[in-house]
Amino acid sequence: MELLMSLRIAIRALRSNKMRSFLTMLGIIIGIAAVIAMVAIGSGASKIVSEQIASIGSNILLILPGSTTSGGLRLPTGAAPTLTYDDARAIQKECSAVAYAAPVVRGAAQIIYGNMNWSTVVMGITPEYLLVRNWPVIHGRHITPSDVEGSVKNCLIGQTVATNLFGSEDPIGKIVRIKKVPFTVVGLLDQKGQSPQGTDQDDIVYIPLRTAQRKLFGTQFPNTVGSIMVQAKSEQDLDRAEEQVNVLLSQRHRIGPSRDQDFTVRNLSEILGVAEQSSKAMSFLLGAVASISLIVGGIGIMNIMLVSVTERTREIGIRMAIGAKERDIMLQFLVEAVLLTLIGGILGMALGVAGAKLVSAFFNWPTLISAKAILMAVGFSGAVGIFFGFYPARKAALLNPIEALRYE
Amino acid sequence: MEDVVRTIRISKVYSSGEQRVEALKEVSLSVERGDFLSIMGASGSGKSTFMNIIGCLDLPTSGDYWIEGENVRGMSKNALAEIRNRKIGFVFQGFNLLSRTSALENVELPLIYGRVPAVKRRAKAIAALEMVGLADRSQHYSNQMSGGQQQRVAIARALVGEPSIILADEPTGNLDTATSSEIMAIFQKLNRQGITIVMVTHEPDIAAFSKRNVVFRDGRILSDVQLPDPTETGRSRGNL
Ligand SMILES: Nc1ncnc2c1ncn2[C@@H]1O[C@H](COP(=O)(O)OP(=O)(O)O)[C@@H](O)[C@H]1O
Ligand SMILES: [Mg+2]
Repeated sequence: MELLMSLRIAIRALRSNKMRSFLTMLGIIIGIAAVIAMVAIGSGASKIVSEQIASIGSNILLILPGSTTSGGLRLPTGAAPTLTYDDARAIQKECSAVAYAAPVVRGAAQIIYGNMNWSTVVMGITPEYLLVRNWPVIHGRHITPSDVEGSVKNCLIGQTVATNLFGSEDPIGKIVRIKKVPFTVVGLLDQKGQSPQGTDQDDIVYIPLRTAQRKLFGTQFPNTVGSIMVQAKSEQDLDRAEEQVNVLLSQRHRIGPSRDQDFTVRNLSEILGVAEQSSKAMSFLLGAVASISLIVGGIGIMNIMLVSVTERTREIGIRMAIGAKERDIMLQFLVEAVLLTLIGGILGMALGVAGAKLVSAFFNWPTLISAKAILMAVGFSGAVGIFFGFYPARKAALLNPIEALRYE
Repeated sequence: MEDVVRTIRISKVYSSGEQRVEALKEVSLSVERGDFLSIMGASGSGKSTFMNIIGCLDLPTSGDYWIEGENVRGMSKNALAEIRNRKIGFVFQGFNLLSRTSALENVELPLIYGRVPAVKRRAKAIAALEMVGLADRSQHYSNQMSGGQQQRVAIARALVGEPSIILADEPTGNLDTATSSEIMAIFQKLNRQGITIVMVTHEPDIAAFSKRNVVFRDGRILSDVQLPDPTETGRSRGNL
């Protein structure tokens, strides 16, 4: 009953000064809207990064030819042709912490079908590669071990390549020319989307590794590979896998204390983890900046409540004279402040959700609006009301009734 | 039965920095139930200070004050607020109604703070407005009423909680003569129903409506006399 009464008094007070109430609320509206929109945009970004990381595959080590020193790169990594197909086979066979070792060669090429042509990335792979990448073939079949060993001129194509060369035509079984060499399309890959670096992962053609080495990118070192992708058996095995790969390759390449390593092992998950962290830090930062506007809004509330207490000094005196206790007066002004911020919070929430949706629509940027964020924002706005309303309410409650009654 | 108000040598000293004002000097005064006391005296003689203390808006610097036998010495602010709510009804010179608030809601206010349930509250407030002849104006906003009507609403608010005493500090100070006599007629009526009243006034004509007159000077009581019954001596409202 008390609360209901205070609520009625508060509504009356707010309505008797509509413009001022609205302007005061505006601070909270903007603050809450900013928090909700920023958090939505930030979590949208985090979600993209997480998805992209998942699209690379989990628990991945990347082995590149060339060496690094602790200070940085000595040779451009990947420049010296030191990694071989046999290295990959050995890793797969001998390292117990490794699930798959997928050697890769990579080059750019023009691919022609009929009178259509398309410049894309061509990669030579073994069947393990798409397992590591967790990338299914949705139409047709996979590259098989016998494709690799027999240097068969088959290929898998990504969605972007399929669209650009074949349009709506079924690509399976068609003959394409890669650097003038005819290849049969045997499989179409599932859509993968953007990589964390922002490249289109679907703009790709996969061919059997041996085919790439012998028939397409023939070099003076026909057995070398561009890199080896290694998947550890689990996240816990990642460090052990790195250790085992280092030891094995050092042995195979006869690296002694006097010779620098001619290969580099990179923990891809770690690198991507950093990207994830930075996107999380970003959304935290956005939220923090938005929270500052909420605090500014709260100070506005406090300011207006102080003015209101002064203006209504006489009213407070009257209420005290007829028996209002300190807590009655306190409650009256607290309820008023909380009502201001709560209404502001709800309006701000609507504005924030609308803003986030607008950003989604116009900038094609995914936003994530969680019920948790909304509840927190509205709860927070109430808390702002209590926090910034407390001092003015207390000031009102501690007025001397005689002086308050005499106030003009 | 004990007196409604009983003060024994109460003093009030206001000191702000160097300045020290002795507003009340050892005032001892009792008001028995059913009395109608008027207080007169020059401006600054301590009348309002005395009213504030017996109204429990303030505590004396020294001395003791009993309201219905209860000593207020050392009482907390909350306890004093409770006493004001249950035992005292104030009527002020400046009416002191809440603006943009209906007469009825103004009258209900003491009952709200007294935690009286809504239905009972409304009935009592309407009854109180009837007593002052304003039942038909209960929905009017206080700031849309004349001074006399506002003061009547204030009186209704003072009596709605069935207080032990009504304290009126210059209740006719802002009103013209005709309206003043109307207000005094209401006070007399209430007093005849047994309500104890203490009223401050400048004007002897207004004081003449009371049963007993006390004059203050420089914080002390100068005189304290019983007045003849106004209805018997013809000093009724018509002769003002
Ligand atoms: N809050 C106060 N602070 C200081 N002096 C006061 C205060 N209230 C009243 N006084 C002084 O006390 C004396 C009595 O005042 P008051 O009781 O208001 O007189 P009255 O009502 O008879 O005109 C006056 O001298 C006045 O200036
Ligand atoms: Mg006075």
